[in-house]
Amino acid sequence: MGRTPRQWATGSGVGTAKAEIEYALPVQPRSAQAAAAARRRAWRRNLTGYLFIGPWLFGFLAFTLVPISASAVLAFTNFNVLSPNLSWIGLNNFATLLADQRYWRAVRATLLFAFAAVPLKLLFALGLAMLLNNARRGVYAYRAAYYAPSIVGASVAVAVVWREMFGKQGPINAMLGSLGITTTAWLGDPATAPWTVILLAVWEFGSPMLIFLAGLRQIPTEFYEAAAIDGADRLRRFGAITIPMLTPLIFFNLVLQMIFGFTVFTSAFIISSGSGAPLDSVLLYSLYLYQKGFKDFQMGYAAAMAWALLLVVAACTALIFRSSSHWVYYEADAEDRR
Amino acid sequence: MSLSSSVAHRRPGLQPRDVAYHVCVIAFGFVMVYPLLWMVASSFKPADEVFANVTSLIPRRPTLDNYVQGWAGFGGISFATFFRNSLLYAGVGTLLVVCSSALSAYGFARLRFSGRRFWFVMMLLTLMLPIQVQVIPEYIVFSKLGLLNTFWPLLLPRIGGQAFFIFLIMQFIRGIPRELDDAAAIDGCGQFGIFWRIIVPLISPALMTAAIFSFYFTWGDFLHPLIYLNDPRLYTISVALRTYSDPAGVSNWGAIFAMATLALVPVFVVFLFFQRYLIQGISTSGLAGR
Repeated sequence: MGRTPRQWATGSGVGTAKAEIEYALPVQPRSAQAAAAARRRAWRRNLTGYLFIGPWLFGFLAFTLVPISASAVLAFTNFNVLSPNLSWIGLNNFATLLADQRYWRAVRATLLFAFAAVPLKLLFALGLAMLLNNARRGVYAYRAAYYAPSIVGASVAVAVVWREMFGKQGPINAMLGSLGITTTAWLGDPATAPWTVILLAVWEFGSPMLIFLAGLRQIPTEFYEAAAIDGADRLRRFGAITIPMLTPLIFFNLVLQMIFGFTVFTSAFIISSGSGAPLDSVLLYSLYLYQKGFKDFQMGYAAAMAWALLLVVAACTALIFRSSSHWVYYEADAEDRR
Repeated sequence: MSLSSSVAHRRPGLQPRDVAYHVCVIAFGFVMVYPLLWMVASSFKPADEVFANVTSLIPRRPTLDNYVQGWAGFGGISFATFFRNSLLYAGVGTLLVVCSSALSAYGFARLRFSGRRFWFVMMLLTLMLPIQVQVIPEYIVFSKLGLLNTFWPLLLPRIGGQAFFIFLIMQFIRGIPRELDDAAAIDGCGQFGIFWRIIVPLISPALMTAAIFSFYFTWGDFLHPLIYLNDPRLYTISVALRTYSDPAGVSNWGAIFAMATLALVPVFVVFLFFQRYLIQGISTSGLAGR
């Protein structure tokens, strides 16, 4: 059933090379009639193929490719839904971006969020996966309990609960107060408010945890047995076997969570009541984009912001991909070298 | 399933180490689910108790008043309307996404046609696309078409399926021996017949996984309903909760927690009944909750 995580993390099995070659072989017609028949067959084959991917293709063209191209054009205009005059303003939006102090505060808030939430989330995911990778009684219930937050974490309901948890009279302050620790207004202080949003993201470590668990189960036990015979202690086995074998999954989770980190919206919106307050410390990128595009209706400006984001995400993804050859271990490569 | 060492060295009876393990795991698990338990507990506390008896998970005077008052909603619109809207969006949206994703997954996994490789790469690229890039031009198009304040902008894009699910279903289809397809073809099945009679029954676990995740994503979706729906009668549960819990006008916190709890009930019901598919889906595809 499906490829193993290791296989698909290495990209093997995606459109097998053999099939591509077969397909690329030129058909050699014996006569004009045979050639016409071959053309008809090819045409029919293409028609069937496009009928099957038709719904996706329609969605891709209408709701992805065209909008994105349109937003590339919009980024160079002063498009505003409320005003009728539309004009080409060249790089003005981008120049305004560079000078917009709120924009840079949004960038800073987003970078803090991404660089704190993503590594913490992956650390928790890996730690708990290690802890729950055994056959003890009740371990399934534990996995379910740890996974539960990640299915509801992105909802408005949980964000509302989170806001009240960290409110002045919320349970967090009440607990700290009963321990004799001076309480603070978590959401009113720009030093602590972003961390409540980060904590909410880290709390949702269930999905990467399950991915790591699946990966841990793929590691052949002989590796550990051989290492144990060689006298490697637990820590050494973890560093020399577990981590290298998991690097493809760490890589995958890193890419996915990074994109998530740059685009998170609901929690910041609810926790700051849509404002990004205090002092724009919770003004995540997508929240500022929402304010510009759908509150001020400066859609051209918001499109420019969206494109800047796309470029940054693409650059980060490319960077992680480029760096991967230095730290991601693929067994298939090791076998090739042997 | 686990490291052989931990199985091989298992001794009968409960060892102190095992006890320590369970205590730690349960304690941390309790911290993890505390916010959810607190929400549920607060939803049964009378208004004067919610923040007075704030850390307690057991209401002193349990009451259902919060649910009654909360259900009445705001502006004369009850939460029944919001639930109906959410169910419509999540139900129809999920159906569209799963059908479309299954068709394209079969096309990409099994059929040979010119341009397949190119479109496949395009499909994979959309996995990494931040939604913000799409949302502004999409909004302009739907506003020009006069479709704001309808469900069309929420549902129409679902016709295209979702790259995550296409990828997930493709993984399953690849695991099905091609001999089955060939046998069906010899028996006179066309491509659609093969898809419908052979492939669909075999990939039903993957379709379930895709359906569950799609349901979660649409049920919890906040951004799209927020920008497209301005009429409170069309609000989905997520937008309604946001309006209802606006800190500027809130008096009855118990009722908010009651409605927040109800909003999560369908999610947990699906989780309880179908968690096998969820966990399988995540493990085989790396389909992460987003």
